[in-house]
Amino acid sequence: MPEADIYATLGEIFRDVFLRDDIAVTPELTAKDVADWDSFKQIEIILAVESQYRIKFSTRELDSLQSVGDLARIIAGKV
Amino acid sequence: MSELYWFPEATDWRGRLRALAETTTGAWDQAVALANTRLDFVKTNALDSTIGKLFGGAPPKDLATKPIRLALLGSSTMGHLHAAIRVAGLRRGLWIDIYENDYGQYLQELSDPSSALHAFEPTTVLLALDAYHLAAGIGAHVSAAEADRLFAEITDRIRECWRLTRQNLHSPVIHQAALPLHPELLGNNEHRLPGSRQAFVARVNQELRAMADAEGVDLLSLDARVAADGLRVWHDPVLWHNGKQEISPLAAPLYGDLVGRVLAGKQGKSYKCLVLDLDNTLWGGIVGDDGLAGLVLGQGSATGEAFVAFQQYARELSRRGVILAVCSKNDEANAIEPFDEHPEMVLRRGDIASFVANWNHKPANLRAIADELNIGLDSLVFVDDNPFERNLVRETLPVVAVPEISDDPATYARTIADAGYFEAVSITDEDRDRSRQYQSNREREALKASTTDLGSYLRGLEMQLIWKRFDQVGLQRTVQLINKTNQFNLTTRRYSEEDIIALIQDKRAFGLQLRLIDRFGDNGIIGIVIGRMSGDDELLIDTWLMSCRVLGRQVEPTTLSLVAEAARRLGARRLIGDYLPTKKNRMVRDHYERLGFSVVETRADGGSRNILDLPAFEPASTFIEVREG
Repeated sequence: MPEADIYATLGEIFRDVFLRDDIAVTPELTAKDVADWDSFKQIEIILAVESQYRIKFSTRELDSLQSVGDLARIIAGKV
Repeated sequence: MSELYWFPEATDWRGRLRALAETTTGAWDQAVALANTRLDFVKTNALDSTIGKLFGGAPPKDLATKPIRLALLGSSTMGHLHAAIRVAGLRRGLWIDIYENDYGQYLQELSDPSSALHAFEPTTVLLALDAYHLAAGIGAHVSAAEADRLFAEITDRIRECWRLTRQNLHSPVIHQAALPLHPELLGNNEHRLPGSRQAFVARVNQELRAMADAEGVDLLSLDARVAADGLRVWHDPVLWHNGKQEISPLAAPLYGDLVGRVLAGKQGKSYKCLVLDLDNTLWGGIVGDDGLAGLVLGQGSATGEAFVAFQQYARELSRRGVILAVCSKNDEANAIEPFDEHPEMVLRRGDIASFVANWNHKPANLRAIADELNIGLDSLVFVDDNPFERNLVRETLPVVAVPEISDDPATYARTIADAGYFEAVSITDEDRDRSRQYQSNREREALKASTTDLGSYLRGLEMQLIWKRFDQVGLQRTVQLINKTNQFNLTTRRYSEEDIIALIQDKRAFGLQLRLIDRFGDNGIIGIVIGRMSGDDELLIDTWLMSCRVLGRQVEPTTLSLVAEAARRLGARRLIGDYLPTKKNRMVRDHYERLGFSVVETRADGGSRNILDLPAFEPASTFIEVREG
C-alpha cells in the first residue's frame, strides 16, 4: 500500500478522533504536538487503526510507538 | 459481538455531527437521535465531546428527567467508559454527570467524609472491582481453608462498601460482576482447585447474586454478557498491560448501554410494549395471499420452528409484564384467523392487548395502539421484517424503538434481548398481572359500550379504592411510578428510593399509595400522593400522580377526600396544590379547579397555585368504596 494512502487514512482517523481538521498528519507528529492527545486518545487512535485495517498491534509494537511515522511503518508492515 | 447492531447505521454521520455542533435550537433532540444510531467507540466519544461543548456541563433546562450523578468506584482504569455511559443516558433522555475515584482509592474515598466523592453527592454509585483486584492474594499454592478465608474477606469488603455508600452517601448501589479474565489452570474442572483465580472470581460472582438480593443492591452482570459475547469482546490483555483497562474500549458503547439500561430500569423508564407485525414477522408467508394452510409456522421446517421460538419468546416477555400488541397491514379478519385457528400458533388472541390490522399507515396505527393502551409512544418497541415500514416509523415517530432485524426469524429473539429494551431491576406483582389487567380493560370497555348512562356504568364496576401509607413492600412500585408517570402528574417531581424512605420517616408529611379494584380485576397501584406541611396550617400537595388507565372513574374526587383527611390529621386548615407544566402533562392543567380549589396564582408558563379551604370542604359522593388495606 502506498505510504500516501496510509497518511490519508490516518488523517481521516485523526479528524474523527480529535474533531478538528487542522492537524497536519506527518511522520514527525507526536502526542506532544496535539492538545487533547492523552493516553485515552492514544488507545482510541490505535483501535480505530486496527478496525480500519483489520490488523492487531502487539504489546511490543504499542511500547515502541513514538510518532505517527512509527504508526505508519507498523501499518505498512501488516497490510 | 460488541456492536450496538440493533440500531440503524447513521447516515451522513460527519455532516450531522457538524450540524449538531453548530445548532442553536433543538440540540438535545438532535443529539438523542444521533445517540440512537449504531455508534462505535470513536463515534460515541465524538458525540459526547460535542454534547459537552454544546451544554457546557449542565443539563438542558426543560429536561423531563432528574439528572443523575453517577460515581464510578473501581480498581482499574474507567476513564475511557465515561463518554459511553453519558451517551447511553442521552439515548434514554437522561443527563448523567460522572465522578471516578482516584486510581485504586475507592475504599479510602468511601470512608472519608471530606473526600471529593462525598462532595460530588452521587445519586447512584457503581462499584466495579476488577477480577485481578478481587483475586489478589489467591494462587494455586493456597489451601482450601486459606481460599475460604480470602473469600470471606473479599465478600465482607464488598458488603462494607455497600454499607458505607448507604450510610455516608445515601445513595443506591449498582455492583458490577467481574469479568472472568484469568486463564484456567486445571481446565473443565477448574472449580476443584481451591486456589484457582478463575474459580475464585466465579465464586465471588456467584455469591454476589444472593448478597445483592439480601441488601437491595442491583447488579451489572458483565459475567453474563461475557457468556453471550465471548471474553475477547470485553477484555484485551494488551490494553490491560498498556493502561489497566479491564474493559476494552471497543466494548465501551455496549458497556455504557448496559449501565444506561440499569439506570433507566431503576427509574421505571424502560419500554413497556412489544408491537409486532404479522406476515414474515410472527409467521412465514402472507396470510391474505397464502391462506391459513400456506403459512410457514411450526414443525416441518426450520423456518417454521424459528417463528414458533420467536412467538414463545414474546409470550415469555408478556408473562413477565411486557404488553404485546399487533400492528399489521391486513384485512382484520385475515389477521385474526391464525390466532384463533392455526394449531401451531403460540400466541393467542387473548395475549394481544391491542390488535390493529388495517391498511392505514403504521405510524398512525402505532399512535392508536398507544392511545388504546394509555401509554406513551416512547414505551413502544416495534418489530417489523419490512425495512420500508421500519424506516417510515423511525422518521415519523423517532421516540418509538425500531430494532434493525435481519430477515432470519431465528435471530429475532436474540436481537430484542441484546437491545435490552425491557430491562427491569425487579419484578412486581403488577408486572406479573399486567396482561390480565389489559384483558380486563377490554371487558370494561365492552360493559361501557353496553351501558348507556355513565352513572350506572360506574355503579356496575363495583369499584374499591384501597389506600395505604408508603411502606417498604410497595417501595419499588412507588419509585417506579414517581419516575415514569408523565401525563397525569401535577408536578413531575422525581424521587429515589432513599428520598421515599426519608419521607416515610417524616412526621410532617405523608405518602399515599392507592389501589383500585373492580369487578373485572385488580388494577394495581394506580395513584400516588405526597403531602408535606408547610407552615402551621397549610398542607402542600407535593406530588399527585395517577395512571391514565383509571381516568373518568371518579378516582380523583375520591382521592381528594383521602388527602383532605390525612391533611386534617396533621393539623392543616388549607390544601395547596401546584400545577407545574411540562411538555406532557397538559391534561391536568385544570385538575385542581375541577376539584373545587380556587386559583390564587397563574404563572407565565401556564403553571398555577390553587387553594382549598378544609373546614368548608365537603367530600364528593362517588361510586367508589374506600378502605384502608
